[in-house]
Amino acid sequence: MAKVAYYPGCALEGTGGPYDRSTRALVKKLGLEMEDVSDWNCCGAMEVKNVHPMLQTYLSSRVMAIAAEQQGFDTVMAPCNGCYHNLKKAEYETATSEETMNTVQDLAKKSDDPVYKGDVRTVHLLEWLMEELGSEGIKDRMNKSLNGIKIANYYGCMYTRPRQIFPEKDQGEGSESSYKPHFMDDLLGAAGAENVDFPLKTACCGGAHTLSDADTSTQLVLNLLQAAEDAGAEVIATECPTCHTGLEMHQVRAETEFGIQTGVKVLYFTQLLGLALGLSPRKLGIHENVSDSMGLLKERGVA
Amino acid sequence: MAIHEKSLIDDDRLLTHDSLVVDGVDVSGHWNTMIAPRTLTDYDDQFEKTIQAYAGGENVHRCWQCGSCTNSCSVYALNTDFNPRYWIYLTRLGLKDEIIKDKEIIWQCVSCNKCTNICPKDVKPEGVMKALSHWMEHEGITEEKPSTTFDHVFWEQIEDRGRIEDTHVLMEFFKKTKQSLFQGWVIEFAKRLMKHLPVKMGINSGLNMVFKPKTKSWGRTGDVLKQYVQEQKEAAHG
Repeated sequence: MAKVAYYPGCALEGTGGPYDRSTRALVKKLGLEMEDVSDWNCCGAMEVKNVHPMLQTYLSSRVMAIAAEQQGFDTVMAPCNGCYHNLKKAEYETATSEETMNTVQDLAKKSDDPVYKGDVRTVHLLEWLMEELGSEGIKDRMNKSLNGIKIANYYGCMYTRPRQIFPEKDQGEGSESSYKPHFMDDLLGAAGAENVDFPLKTACCGGAHTLSDADTSTQLVLNLLQAAEDAGAEVIATECPTCHTGLEMHQVRAETEFGIQTGVKVLYFTQLLGLALGLSPRKLGIHENVSDSMGLLKERGVA
Repeated sequence: MAIHEKSLIDDDRLLTHDSLVVDGVDVSGHWNTMIAPRTLTDYDDQFEKTIQAYAGGENVHRCWQCGSCTNSCSVYALNTDFNPRYWIYLTRLGLKDEIIKDKEIIWQCVSCNKCTNICPKDVKPEGVMKALSHWMEHEGITEEKPSTTFDHVFWEQIEDRGRIEDTHVLMEFFKKTKQSLFQGWVIEFAKRLMKHLPVKMGINSGLNMVFKPKTKSWGRTGDVLKQYVQEQKEAAHG
């Protein structure tokens, strides 16, 4: 099994803390190996691209250069959709434009940073788990079951769009689909969950303007919450700290500002997988979620 | 290349006749759309180039008006005035005044990339939305929008330390946009967060706000990038 460089990113160091803790606990329990990208920097998120796109390309390639040049890894693994997206985009842009690659390398030399050479790939945590274990591997390692808990798997925008930057997706059997992603469904299904038919898997939560255009975000999040409930889901599983926090935040906002109640719970997919492997809710950071799912998890016998 | 959408026609140009018969057919009232003709002379034939000089707008000339962007748009689904295809059309014609009519909503693009994903001509409509918003702010047509304020707060921290601390970004943003942190929903959110939060985690996030996370090897990277952006912006817009 190949060891990878783990890139948590800023969100997982802050509001996405439970995603970081559940990722680490899960990876350890599964017997997989990873090591933090040393002294990493921000990937550039969405905000920096708006200041200037090259900033984002450079910041992301700097992370990959540290992993490759200073630590000798050929794979960076990121659980955050935003980080994953940006690193993939930098990978794509430097591979398809010599000019971009030259600018990136120039900036690195001027800053005395490790120089990105394009010989490192980025994978999402979901892809890494599917690559190393697949749904069968998860089945083999399960101590408990998710007992048919009904889950709507929410992948968000950045994991699949635009598809051009994800050349390894849509490659037939075994690969992820950019149109109808299924890796989270595969893994949680193997862990005993019942995946509901959720039509908004890749819809937008308004994460870009969670605070700066809160009303739009609340409407977009309500679409997701209500569609999940209509599909019969008890839980929405997330794979991105921005989506996760956005769903939690605007579920509360819809309630307090508009009086619209929704009961569906929000959990990171790593927390759900961890429960199926017998890890405790506390270890998985479930107590740190704003969405209070403990009652439901206990009632369904999974926590 | 014309767009005929009733929603795009100003109300005062829609003609209604109390009694009108054309070739023996009664077209009185509002059953069909008749539009007062107009001649436009106030277009800017360099405008497409102007927008191409803003990051994201480079491919605007490739558009063939299929409408896939608007059709897939997350924001259009909430507000039909948010119409990327139309704005791209206006950009190509150089009809700045028509674009400026929508200056209060163009910035609302959520960057979900559905348009860029589906566009058959690689126009990158999401980028065009950003280019248009930045053009309007740059020209002083609109004041800085909250999302741009957020971008700047975010970038300043990275420029400084290589990383962000999200609570800090949030506080700065509320401060700069003159919003109270003590809005009903923010308080309720914090309450629910604290409800089960292990004490250790609460302390950790408090410490994070004081001793902000930092990339130790950041060195001159921030300065080099700042200078690069400045040079690029000067080269593009003079």
